Amino acid sequence: MQGNIACAEGALAAGCSFFGGYPITPSTEVAEHMARILPKKGGTFIQMEDELASISSIIGASWAGARSMTATSGPGFSLMMENIGYAVMTETPIVIVNIQRGGPSTGQPTMGAQGDMMQCRFGSHGDYSTIALVPSTVQEMFDLTAKAFNLADRFRCPVFLMSDEIIGHMREKVTIPEEVDIIRRRPLKEGKLPFEPEDDMIPGFPEFGKGYRVHVTGLTHDERGYPEATNCELHSELVTRLVNKIESKRHEIADYDIINPQAEIVFITYGPPGRAVRQLMHDYSDLEIGHLNLRIVWPFPEKVLKEFPNASKFIVPELNMGQMAREIQRHTSIEVESLPKIGGEMHTPDELFRAMGGDS
Amino acid sequence: MRNEVLFSGFGGQGIILSAVILGRAAAIYDNKFAVQTQVYGPEARGGASMSAVIIEDEEVLYPKVRNPDIYVIMSQQGFEKYGVNAGAKARMLLDSGLVFSRPECRYAEVPATETAKKDLGRVIVANIIMLGALVTATEVVSKAAIEMAVMDSVPKGTEQLNMDALNAGFGLGENCEV
Repeated sequence: MQGNIACAEGALAAGCSFFGGYPITPSTEVAEHMARILPKKGGTFIQMEDELASISSIIGASWAGARSMTATSGPGFSLMMENIGYAVMTETPIVIVNIQRGGPSTGQPTMGAQGDMMQCRFGSHGDYSTIALVPSTVQEMFDLTAKAFNLADRFRCPVFLMSDEIIGHMREKVTIPEEVDIIRRRPLKEGKLPFEPEDDMIPGFPEFGKGYRVHVTGLTHDERGYPEATNCELHSELVTRLVNKIESKRHEIADYDIINPQAEIVFITYGPPGRAVRQLMHDYSDLEIGHLNLRIVWPFPEKVLKEFPNASKFIVPELNMGQMAREIQRHTSIEVESLPKIGGEMHTPDELFRAMGGDS
Repeated sequence: MRNEVLFSGFGGQGIILSAVILGRAAAIYDNKFAVQTQVYGPEARGGASMSAVIIEDEEVLYPKVRNPDIYVIMSQQGFEKYGVNAGAKARMLLDSGLVFSRPECRYAEVPATETAKKDLGRVIVANIIMLGALVTATEVVSKAAIEMAVMDSVPKGTEQLNMDALNAGFGLGENCEV
């Protein structure tokens, strides 16, 4: 099964019933598959006029109670930025799939990249936090897409599946479970105001059509949902909560694999470069190489860096010019070496070997 | 055991489908591990189309081909772009009616397009003939696996035509020494 199809299947298994999108290489197969399957399952597929409308449509669908998703790539992702902030401010659970290609601008439509890792974290204006998952196999495309919906519903925020052309267009064997865990958003409790947080800082969800009359706005709002845009204290409280409801749980959200934690040289990866590291470890099984592979990169679980007590160097191969390497650097006193690669091709195991100081 | 199989030809021959079928045969029916990749860009539409399959007994770690050991070349342009790079230890199947160059590695000439035209009356099944020849010449997957994978992948109503093509390929491949 192709990666993009596995992504769509993961969404369907998770109960996604609304897809709004605009086709763009290399993500189009996600939309194609959703268009083929969703109507048969009683769901809705809509091709919007552009990516601004696409993300607006999934925000609306989410307020009507649907698990909703869109899929895009670089240029479309840029167009979605404004309403990603709107989803953050209105605490709307949505899943945004970005099958990354080479940028800036229209760049390399048919080549893989990981150049949007900072954009998914900081791309919309203002302070906020997000959750981003990165698969490195076609199986993980399925698993992590399904998981993204649970995270979106739990934290009431946009969740990003930050894949790339390499995994999106690759075909591998996928085992589809009989059913996936579905944990839906918590409904608003009787007597609570629509934006009144519970103990975990997250308000219950007042679904449209269930008897609630809710005002939903991107303006700074009180717990009723009414604009209070000049109240300094309220704004500070609201935005701090939007950040902390996610950041305070970052070690619980974390999802990663650790191999050889006693090693001195440690590779840190997310997505395709992890597979080059695994191959390197396989080809040079006598070398002590540590590996941390992240499946969730945002929020960044910095405590995991402490799992390598002997580390003298972290090497970070990425399909960009060193985006997460900088994030890692700010959390550790250990040397961090960025190993950037752009142009559309993966690092080869030999390139990683040379980065370790090896002579191949 | 890791096999890296590289297919190249021109758009419309079913180069990518061939790789998908081979990967399916290995992963689903021979119960091995396989990864299929392809050159996706616009340059592949009209130029040399390329697709590759990695087949392993264990999980495939690095998903891109590094050093193909089996080449299936179905156009002269495909040979010039990919086939010429074949290492000395590689093996190559050529569509003898469409590829004029010959590699330095071991190779076998398979008249796939000619057989499709003359014996089966449909040039469209040349890729399936080539797949059959690949399987008997290299045993990279089992005959039973490729039969089931072909049946999964072809449109309804064309099953007999494709089985005939696959069997013709099996026959051609048995005579190949690569």
